[in-house]
Amino acid sequence: MEHLSLVDWSRAQFALTALYHWLFVPLTLGLTFIVAIMETIYVKTGDEWWKKTTKFWMGLLAINFAIGLATGIIMEFEFGTNWSNYSWIVGDIFGAPLAIEGIMAFFMESTFFAVMFFGWDKVSKKFHLLSTWLVAIGSNLSALWILVANGWMQHPVGMKFNPDTARNEMVNFWDVLFNPNAVSKFLHTISSGYVLASLFVISVSSWYLLKKREKEFAKRSMLVAASFGLLVSLFNLTTGDDSARNVAFNQPVKLAAMEGLYEGKKGADIVAFGILNPKKDIDNNESEFLVKFTIPYGLSLLTYHKKDAYIPGLKELVYGDKEHNIISAKEKIQKGKIALAALKEYKKAKKSGNEAKAKEALEKFEKNSKYLGYGYLKSEKEVIPPVAPTFYAFHTMVGLGTWFIILFALTLYYVMQDKIEQKRWFLRLSVLSLPLGYIAQESGWIVAEVGRQPWAIQDMLPVGMATSQIDTSAVMLTFWLFAALFTALLIAEVKIMTTQIKIGPKEA
Amino acid sequence: MKENILTKILNFYIDGFKSMKLGKKLWAIVAIKLFVLLVIIKLLFFPNILKEKFNSDKERSEYILNQLTKGE
Repeated sequence: MEHLSLVDWSRAQFALTALYHWLFVPLTLGLTFIVAIMETIYVKTGDEWWKKTTKFWMGLLAINFAIGLATGIIMEFEFGTNWSNYSWIVGDIFGAPLAIEGIMAFFMESTFFAVMFFGWDKVSKKFHLLSTWLVAIGSNLSALWILVANGWMQHPVGMKFNPDTARNEMVNFWDVLFNPNAVSKFLHTISSGYVLASLFVISVSSWYLLKKREKEFAKRSMLVAASFGLLVSLFNLTTGDDSARNVAFNQPVKLAAMEGLYEGKKGADIVAFGILNPKKDIDNNESEFLVKFTIPYGLSLLTYHKKDAYIPGLKELVYGDKEHNIISAKEKIQKGKIALAALKEYKKAKKSGNEAKAKEALEKFEKNSKYLGYGYLKSEKEVIPPVAPTFYAFHTMVGLGTWFIILFALTLYYVMQDKIEQKRWFLRLSVLSLPLGYIAQESGWIVAEVGRQPWAIQDMLPVGMATSQIDTSAVMLTFWLFAALFTALLIAEVKIMTTQIKIGPKEA
Repeated sequence: MKENILTKILNFYIDGFKSMKLGKKLWAIVAIKLFVLLVIIKLLFFPNILKEKFNSDKERSEYILNQLTKGE
């Protein structure tokens, strides 16, 4: 776990890349479906208004797609350079999903994107509509494979570590694909993209209404976006619940950090709002929160659907709890060290041709390999992720998600009652809600990734062991290079997008 | 017949690109970005460490196993 500054810079660079990449992706995921719905209405009704409306939003989709295109490829570069240990160890697991993603993205998106943008009046209405839907489905399926890979890192299933090659090898593709963590992550992530896209359409339309222009266009767009947004945000709520339950079963330390739960209890409350006590540690008796508002029994009910279910806190997850069969981190570290020593012994025996000793070492390794990653930890408290960022990011995401449901419901109500133009306070609030959508998106990833520290692969490989032994200054240099590049792209996106919005749908 | 289809597809793309307004600016951004990412950044700063350092998967495995067990 030495070379900490290298690990920190590599981690910071990956976080920067992922956070910037995720500014572009969710809007594309959601806007493709919104334009597909609008075009479907156009084809069904033959109303040219809807064609114009579809084309305008499709133009904004093109801007977002073009600027965001290939920002994710940098993460693949980083895997090969900064995270070569990790890349080698996970290689076989990531290879198949990422290869499928690449092929699908290339064939589906590039082919049908061209028809979608160039094909107006050149192909039949129905074929054009089909292309638009295929772009939406293709973009979302691309996300599936990436999220399957991420889900595997959070809950590694369907694979076996080969001690001869130091690689994980896939033993069951379907277990990897239908990993409960991956399924809930995929559904929660793509539906959050739909929520963001709905917010985007409502926010831009609200701006038009505030400026007293494009009234009919704005109201029609809001009707589609609010209906879609309300449905998908309710779906997002259920997938979020499923995702949190998966965390409770597979990453209980992350759940405890998400809730700021230091001591386990039966009938645990859920924190609706809280300010953590920075002095709190698992070893002291300080109170967990300075201020908190809780929903009684909420955490037990949501997690196990039982009012008095036991939820372990950070203290039990570190020091163990015999009553609830929770093994201590200290014991896991010991088992991890046995696994590592057995692996070294196995390697040595293999090299010297001592098959009997190799067999004995392999048996010892396999018996303890579940805790392999713990063998690298120096202290039992290292299993605790940074509590404050995990807690605040989680509560920010949930709080904003709740607000978006209210916003979609009110928008739909005001549009259907034809009162939306008069509600100028609400229109202003809708415009201001767009950045909140992006904050919610990034908060979700902070919960997922910060909350699973110290692991690159849960229980198997800590982040410190996943990095390459390279020069720290090279990582620092590329960090700033990416920061500049991504900021330039973001400025370009905002500038081009606002110019197009100001021009409006007349020129679409 | 085959040529006709290919020509049609080619013309479809050419006409599409020609009639673009905002699209030209976007394609320019995409082209510059891909050049910077794939040529400058990838080639200069992001070598594949294991591929460069070692000639075979056996050597790579050996290296990673040593990394994993070096503290033991």
